[in-house]
Amino acid sequence: MTAGPARQAMLRATLALVLTWALSPILWQALTSVKPDTELVILPPLLPAQPTLAHYTVLFEQHPFNQVLLNSFAVAGLTAFAALALGTLAAFPLARLPIRGKLLILGVVLGCSLFPAIVTVGPLFIIIRALGMRDTWWALIISHTTFALPLTIWVLANFLRDLPEDLYRAARVDGCTPWQGFTRVLLPLCRPGLAAAGILAFLFSWTEFLFALTFTATEAARTVPVAIVLFPGVHEIRWGEIAAASILVTLPVVVLVLIFHRQIVHGLTAGAIKG
Amino acid sequence: MRDQSETRTGYALLLPALGVLALLALYPILALCWLSLRHRILPFGIDEFAGLDHYAVLLQTPRFWNSLGVTLYFVGVSVALEAALGLCIALLLARNFPGAGWARALIILPWAIPTVVTAKMWEWIYHPDFGVLNYLLQATGLVSAPVNWLGTPSLAIHAAIVADVWKTTPFVVILLLAGLAMIPPDLYRASALDGASPWATFRHVTLPLLRPILLVVVLFRMIDALRAFDLLYVLTGGGPADTTETLAIYTYKILFQTLQFGYGSAIGVVMFLVVTLVSLLHFWVGRADFRRLAGRAP
Repeated sequence: MTAGPARQAMLRATLALVLTWALSPILWQALTSVKPDTELVILPPLLPAQPTLAHYTVLFEQHPFNQVLLNSFAVAGLTAFAALALGTLAAFPLARLPIRGKLLILGVVLGCSLFPAIVTVGPLFIIIRALGMRDTWWALIISHTTFALPLTIWVLANFLRDLPEDLYRAARVDGCTPWQGFTRVLLPLCRPGLAAAGILAFLFSWTEFLFALTFTATEAARTVPVAIVLFPGVHEIRWGEIAAASILVTLPVVVLVLIFHRQIVHGLTAGAIKG
Repeated sequence: MRDQSETRTGYALLLPALGVLALLALYPILALCWLSLRHRILPFGIDEFAGLDHYAVLLQTPRFWNSLGVTLYFVGVSVALEAALGLCIALLLARNFPGAGWARALIILPWAIPTVVTAKMWEWIYHPDFGVLNYLLQATGLVSAPVNWLGTPSLAIHAAIVADVWKTTPFVVILLLAGLAMIPPDLYRASALDGASPWATFRHVTLPLLRPILLVVVLFRMIDALRAFDLLYVLTGGGPADTTETLAIYTYKILFQTLQFGYGSAIGVVMFLVVTLVSLLHFWVGRADFRRLAGRAP
């Protein structure tokens, strides 16, 4: 295809426009987080005249933000681990073993991922209250794992499906049990699939809000998104601190996306397109 | 012999995951249906059978019909905009240019960050007094006085739609980019040899081949927008005057602000049915993928 210089310039301008639209709100939040309170209520200038880290300091000194960050990391990490463990086990038979009712099982699994969380949150709340798990990490890990599991199974089943069939057959002929064939031959080849599914489960749990809001009551288990919404403001909304907390919870996401963007894209498209 | 051991191993490996889903996803749905037939108000310890009372009340409650209307409007406008915008951006990013990889990674960010952050971010941008949107609009002379974006009934829902479009268009872009990458380059070469215009190529090569994935994406986005809770709950809380109160927000308020678990569950059932309807369509469109995954097993 030939493209004249004028066309090239127009494409570049459109691209700049798209990236500005996608990134400027995040950038604005970052600028807000380093503006002193006095500058937050005055526009212009857009850029901070005297940038400060005061909002970040307040976050850690006046709020139990360390605990909230720890909660988020622990819940998301353990959710990713649990979803991978359960999901890998289930994906292998769905992709490779002769079992009946696969279509039905896949349908149920995918159906579960489409349930609105708001619909199950009521009954889950009653269960969690009865088990005495309110305001613990476990309430969140269990509910997040349930919701992350279908996508995990789907991504891993697609990945296993695309590995050469002969690998597993050869292992079986050489005397491996199905379990050995899976753990010794297929699983080591699954690392990219595991990374994709694990990161998606982590991101889901890291950003989840409804369960985290409903099943927690104090800083003991509260995650960052809930803390941001329930920020204590006596007289006014603390926009600077909200912005600082937003940036802190966004940073790990940015790192994951920039490093693993191929795996994330692969995971998301696994279910939607014939690969 | 061999097949039997494979089958047995298979069922054993499936058991934990299916057990978790049955207990924590399917059982709550059944419990929801059961709850919707009962008067259950937690703080008063009320728990008695109600039959279809809640549904009868629901059908006569203007607030319910309002929330259904708000939901459908939000879903319809958001998803239409996301599909159109997503297609344009995907076509742009599918081209080869220096830094294309970076652009394709950066575009994911709005989708990947927590929705709560999205909501707080836009709430600050829309702020009537200190918001950057009002500042930019006034500085360029587009409006003469500050606009109360989230406090004005006719504006709030559209402000929320813009935030939703900002956040979820990247998802559409990711999937359409993958779809575009699968169109054989030969088709474009053939089309260029035939002297087809870019528009004709798009219309007769790209669009027909992209249509299946586009349909899947749109249906998935519809399901997601139908159940969207975080954005509206944080951004507007359903206000002003219930103009942004979707079924999800309405359900949540009845469940956890008034603790009427019976009546709230009845709204939940209605929402579940709406989502199921779209989901069935989604399944039917994606049926080839199911068969592929399930069918070719040894």
